[in-house]
Amino acid sequence: MAATLFFQVLVNGLVLGGLYACIAAGFSLVWGVLNIINILHGTFVVIGSYSAYYAYIYLGVHPFISVVLAGIILFIIGYLFQRGIINRVVAAPVLITLSLTFGLDLFLNNSLLVVFSADYLKLNLANPLGVLQFAGIYVPVDRLAAMVLALFLTCLLYWVLEASRIGRAIVAVRMDREAATLMGVNAKHIYAVTFGLGALMAGSAGAMLSVIFPISPIVSTLYLSKAFVICVLGGLGSVAGAMVGGLVLGVVESFGGLIFGPEHAMTISFCLLILLLIFRPTGIMGKKGYE
Amino acid sequence: MKTKLVGLFVIVLLLLIPIISNNYVIRLATMMLMYSVFAMSWNFIGGMAGYPSFATASFFGLGAYAGALCQVNGVPMFLAWVIGGLVSAVFAWVLGLAILHLKGHYFAIASLIVAEVLREVINSATGITGGGMGLNIPVLRMGVDAQARLFYFSMFVIALVTLAVSAYVSGRPLGFGLKCIKQNEDAAGMTGINTTIYKTTAFTLSAVFTGGAGAFYASWVNYIDPEDVFEILISIKPIVMVLMCGAGALVGPVIGAGLFLFLEELVWRNFLTFHVGMLGLMVVFLVIFLPTGLLSVDYRKFLKKVVR
Repeated sequence: MAATLFFQVLVNGLVLGGLYACIAAGFSLVWGVLNIINILHGTFVVIGSYSAYYAYIYLGVHPFISVVLAGIILFIIGYLFQRGIINRVVAAPVLITLSLTFGLDLFLNNSLLVVFSADYLKLNLANPLGVLQFAGIYVPVDRLAAMVLALFLTCLLYWVLEASRIGRAIVAVRMDREAATLMGVNAKHIYAVTFGLGALMAGSAGAMLSVIFPISPIVSTLYLSKAFVICVLGGLGSVAGAMVGGLVLGVVESFGGLIFGPEHAMTISFCLLILLLIFRPTGIMGKKGYE
Repeated sequence: MKTKLVGLFVIVLLLLIPIISNNYVIRLATMMLMYSVFAMSWNFIGGMAGYPSFATASFFGLGAYAGALCQVNGVPMFLAWVIGGLVSAVFAWVLGLAILHLKGHYFAIASLIVAEVLREVINSATGITGGGMGLNIPVLRMGVDAQARLFYFSMFVIALVTLAVSAYVSGRPLGFGLKCIKQNEDAAGMTGINTTIYKTTAFTLSAVFTGGAGAFYASWVNYIDPEDVFEILISIKPIVMVLMCGAGALVGPVIGAGLFLFLEELVWRNFLTFHVGMLGLMVVFLVIFLPTGLLSVDYRKFLKKVVR
């Protein structure tokens, strides 16, 4: 029994962690490349959730398919935000960039509140995929599929950065902006693409999360804080770090919830974050990415 | 000489407010003084030392809860404020030793998260703090008008003390050391400044008055709950105020507080459901177009341009 419970909690944590990884990958990318803490990230996730919700209600598109739709919408939003506004302060000190994304987030989140109201929405699938049972462990297949999709997307991001032209340009700008510019890379465009990709990851994660969690503009800070924790956990600015950090956070929250009660899951992850910042600010993996 | 005269004028004006105006204006003026305490307090760590601190909400909330709990258990009001300030100060000292070695983004996030942790802790300690139901503070047995004036003058004194300490610090080795740290921390350390002690002192200074103001706030509004006093916006507001008038200046934060309250009230009145969004737009506008503050604008030049 104890072993079953242990594995059940572990599986729950891993499934959750896969989705967290997807949220954090985009956040980490923006932080690593642009050196900007994107407070908008949580709100981007929520916008993704809303797109998936309404696509399902009005068009009947399954949320796993609208992952693409949400990704495209958010990419455009992110690109425009960066190109139009954030690019102006990209090299400014933390206080300036952080205040800017804070201000933008206050604006965007409040707009969502006005448009969608703070009421929680829940996307109920007409025909859910059911529950998988294996050796006494239960896993809802929808969640499992969402996790697999999230991990796939995260790997895709990794591949894009490693192998595609645009990805190489992003890494080049990250390493040395001047040199990259001399090689014919349009740094402003690359910054905007990077921010757009970060938003895309947030939106896709949001679309998948819509199957699992209730949707409301007010949960955005929750997602944002998870992205914080994961970035510090996994070490800043690498997709692999985000993946490890996400899975670790999922498992820690799952077990923390079991031991201290689910209402303390957030507190546990925050305490973990502060302890990590004090003792090991480079993260578990302890290396810088994208270089 | 000129600045001294202006300062004297402002002080006399502030002292006249309770005599010549109604309770609404007094309430606004009290709020403005409280905001200026936030801004001046933040200025110690954020303006002088250049550390992007987002910890105002945690100091404020902690002070509010410490003061409120004292008052509920029979401690006199003024003493409760002092205790609120001291609790925040001790907390900031310990926290500062732990997180002030972080730089830039990491420090910003750590200081931001502390408020969330405190909120969760106070939320779950239902037995002592009432949790999410909040805490009622005994109401003073006096008339509404007298109460408004009492709180106004109390806040006035707190703000004056904060200003005095800011002025004192900024002219002393501590202030000088902090400005050195802002410019180049390694070099400051090399010239014999104990950067850890300096930074932690600045952090503590930024907590003590904010905590006192928190305890004051609890007595003033008679009811606090975790969502209210650990509100993330409390951490943002002082930064905006200081940004408005240029970081590091001495009276900048005070002017910024007045200006900010004016704008906030304007936004509140006209955009009730969208005031946070408007606040956000304000921040964006400030950061993009006036990153060095409104005071840095050369008004004579600007006016000449307009006149022509």
